[in-house]
Amino acid sequence: MAGSTLASPSADAVALVPDPAAVAAPRPRGSETWRRFRRHRLATVSALLLGVIVAGVLLGPWLWPVRIDEIDFAATLQGPSWQHPFGTDDLGQDLLARMIYGGRISLAVGFAAMLVSTIVGVIVGSLAGMSRGMLQGLLMWVTDLFLSLPQLPLLLLVIYLFRDKLKAAFGVEGGIFVMIVVVIGGLRWMPVARLVRAQFLSLREKEFVEAARAMGASRSRQVVRHILPNAIGPVIVAGTIEVSAAIIAESTLSFLGLGFPPDIPTWGRILFDAKDQLDTAPHWAMFPGAAIFLTVLSINFIGDGLRDALDPRRVI
Amino acid sequence: MTGKVRMDPILSVQNLSTAFKVERAWRPVVRGVSFDIGPKETVALVGESGSGKSVTALSIMRLTPRDSSRVTGSVALGGRDLLKLPDAEMRKVRGDDIAMIFQEPMTSLNPVLTIGFQIAEALILHRGLSRSAAEAETVRLLEKVRIPAAKSRIHDYPHRFSGGMRQRVMIAMALACRPKLLIADEPTTALDVTIQSQILELIKALQEEEGMSVLFITHDMGVVAEIADRTVVMYGGEAVETGATDDIFKRATHPYTRMLLSAVPRLGSMTEHARPLPFPEIDRSTGLPLPQDEIPDTVAHAERPVLQVKDLTTRFTITGGLLGRPRGRVHAVEKVSFDLRQGETLALVGESGCGKSTTGRSVMRLIEPQSGSVLLDGEDIMALGERDLRERRKLMQMIFQDPFASLDPRMTIGAAIAEPLAINKLASRSAAREQTAELLRRVGLSPDMASRFPHEFSGGQRQRICIARALAVRPRLIVADESVSALDVSVKAQVINLMLELQASLQLAYLFISHDMAVVERVSHRVAVMYLGEIVEIGPRAAIFGNPQHPYTRRLLAAVPIPDPARRHEKHRVTNEELKSPIRPLGFEPPDRLYREVSPGHMVQLPSEGPSEAGLPVAA
Repeated sequence: MAGSTLASPSADAVALVPDPAAVAAPRPRGSETWRRFRRHRLATVSALLLGVIVAGVLLGPWLWPVRIDEIDFAATLQGPSWQHPFGTDDLGQDLLARMIYGGRISLAVGFAAMLVSTIVGVIVGSLAGMSRGMLQGLLMWVTDLFLSLPQLPLLLLVIYLFRDKLKAAFGVEGGIFVMIVVVIGGLRWMPVARLVRAQFLSLREKEFVEAARAMGASRSRQVVRHILPNAIGPVIVAGTIEVSAAIIAESTLSFLGLGFPPDIPTWGRILFDAKDQLDTAPHWAMFPGAAIFLTVLSINFIGDGLRDALDPRRVI
Repeated sequence: MTGKVRMDPILSVQNLSTAFKVERAWRPVVRGVSFDIGPKETVALVGESGSGKSVTALSIMRLTPRDSSRVTGSVALGGRDLLKLPDAEMRKVRGDDIAMIFQEPMTSLNPVLTIGFQIAEALILHRGLSRSAAEAETVRLLEKVRIPAAKSRIHDYPHRFSGGMRQRVMIAMALACRPKLLIADEPTTALDVTIQSQILELIKALQEEEGMSVLFITHDMGVVAEIADRTVVMYGGEAVETGATDDIFKRATHPYTRMLLSAVPRLGSMTEHARPLPFPEIDRSTGLPLPQDEIPDTVAHAERPVLQVKDLTTRFTITGGLLGRPRGRVHAVEKVSFDLRQGETLALVGESGCGKSTTGRSVMRLIEPQSGSVLLDGEDIMALGERDLRERRKLMQMIFQDPFASLDPRMTIGAAIAEPLAINKLASRSAAREQTAELLRRVGLSPDMASRFPHEFSGGQRQRICIARALAVRPRLIVADESVSALDVSVKAQVINLMLELQASLQLAYLFISHDMAVVERVSHRVAVMYLGEIVEIGPRAAIFGNPQHPYTRRLLAAVPIPDPARRHEKHRVTNEELKSPIRPLGFEPPDRLYREVSPGHMVQLPSEGPSEAGLPVAA
């Protein structure tokens, strides 16, 4: 321990650097985080896996230019073969092509809904966490209200009211996409808001925040520079869970006929279509199931890795 | 004491070594420690943080984590080697033969069980008493630890007890099975000094009554001098010196022991010095202090005071009930007035809850005071709007108690030090980096440490970083709130020396908030004693320490442990007075206080019919 021998205050600094120019500039924050992230093996593998999945659904149509709606009754419910690597469904449509197409929608819905719910949650949570008066009571009251809303009837109502208007504004797929993202995101921000508020309540009393206040930092600076970065760890983990929840919720909606039209494949839609043929054509369910499973798993691991990499206290 | 006939030891620790597994390598934490504890003897294990003293105690109790630690050597208790006992036997030893009390009385009691139940549980489990017998025994134990009205309090929950009372409950629980040995791990560190002296007296008295031995772990040489028959000094996991407490204090042989002793702030060591004095530098090879020079007078007597506080009052409303109606008020700061000149240190002293920290924060308007005026360089801080206030905060900076908590864990220390410059837009990025390097050098750190994070530093270094951050905006006033309380003695001495050096070179004014009277005596020009939110006595340091007038000041000074075993018999009485609470009913207005001038600048509050005087012993 440096302090165990009593000495003059300056005697401790043995390695005094005489030239100010030689002062090491702090390592760029991004590369340091990246280095730490790479030390998290599972997260790195997951990032690679997710990268492959994303690249696959983005570039897939060029590499596998098969139409998704080409019906071939001569080849229904076929297992994987060279002609149909993922097999075919009950209409003889190529599953690989449908998976690629559906993956785009599923992933986009997942990430967009995560962004919506996280952003709304962080804003509501931090406002509630920073204000001490009426606002915090009101916001938490609204949060509780949303938590107590029955989701399915609400979904039906929203879809009944807005489906046609959105279709007119954004087109069939676009309209449904916007609606699903808003509905899923708008109904799932509450856990994030509560989490953020709880973090804020404890962080805002921390001495380093008070120290910033004593230095003359404005409220927004306290929040943006000091409180939010320290609250972000649990939010990242919650956000990754939101992605998976949104992908699964989209599947549920598609199944109920409230999501995308039945002829547009999404991972959830394919999975639900496959459920009746589980014993005769298990591959039909296996591929979309595996895709959802791997995506969700890798996103969760990436979340863990990010949380650790962004926390300088953790030695990795 | 030294004259005691040595009998067979109760506990004999031979060559005890403990290693912890850190990243697949065994790291020794305690190395070859040997000592004996005789019957009815108190042995102190003393050392700074990280010296292995607590791990030694945990190893004796076999409470170190089983998979990641390795304990070798022997710990003989009445002829049995504890390290070789099967687990079931060892569980009986814990509690039955050896009992342990811990530092935090707040967290070692279960908050949802009554204290009576918690003590009775131990009696029923270990001694097989019936419930009614256990209850009667519990009352007896609580009376033994001098808890007033013990019978009516056994059905109370822990939150109804103060810190000192909880520690008494912990001691009662430890005594439940009449242990042969009591291991006390820093039992008084979290307590106020008057409460600390009560607990020390209690442990001494109980030891006489029960005839048990005590292993007392502490970092405080003053406490050692008060209580220990023999002392083991630990450093870096080794016992560097073992001996009778008198010998250790008078004829220490190991340089580390000498260094530790000379770094201990001693009350009364400053009587011959008019001005604050840095701690002496220590010759590392011998551990003896080097001769030192007095520092020049830093106080600007002629100029207008940097800080003028008049009738500052801060109260908090306590709400309760269903609708959150106000129920009472905490009168945290009550009509506090003082001046602070450039280059001067004013110490605010008092025990927890006396309002000294709230005063510091109210001066900076980190807490909004109710009324009063705070003039900084003649400008009223109270009248400023939020924007101007942020601007003005440049001139006054704060150093907190816990340097780790007051640094953002996600910011490099370079960014942390540059933060005030960025907030106040005082420097460009490159200029800020240069200034950061300069500031780091100034507080005795190396500029290339700027890219590291706070957790990579030791406690003393972190406090230096906090000082550097406070200095970045060239403040005139620094509010140091218990800034050295959490530091080890030798580190504490270094940080104080740094603060004094900076005061001399930068003409800083310090508002030094502390409960540690010995440190205050060393650093301050003037002292204000706070009690229940009011300043009861204020004056030049020499007057307060040499001629204390207010009964509370006297009690505070008398309670400070003196690091001199020869003087331990000067006081002996077990009281159980508690700290008073500053909570008052709504609408309560304290009476106007009158002050008497004892000598120039030395004011003492006159006793009046207020609650402030209640319960204080009349000055002898």
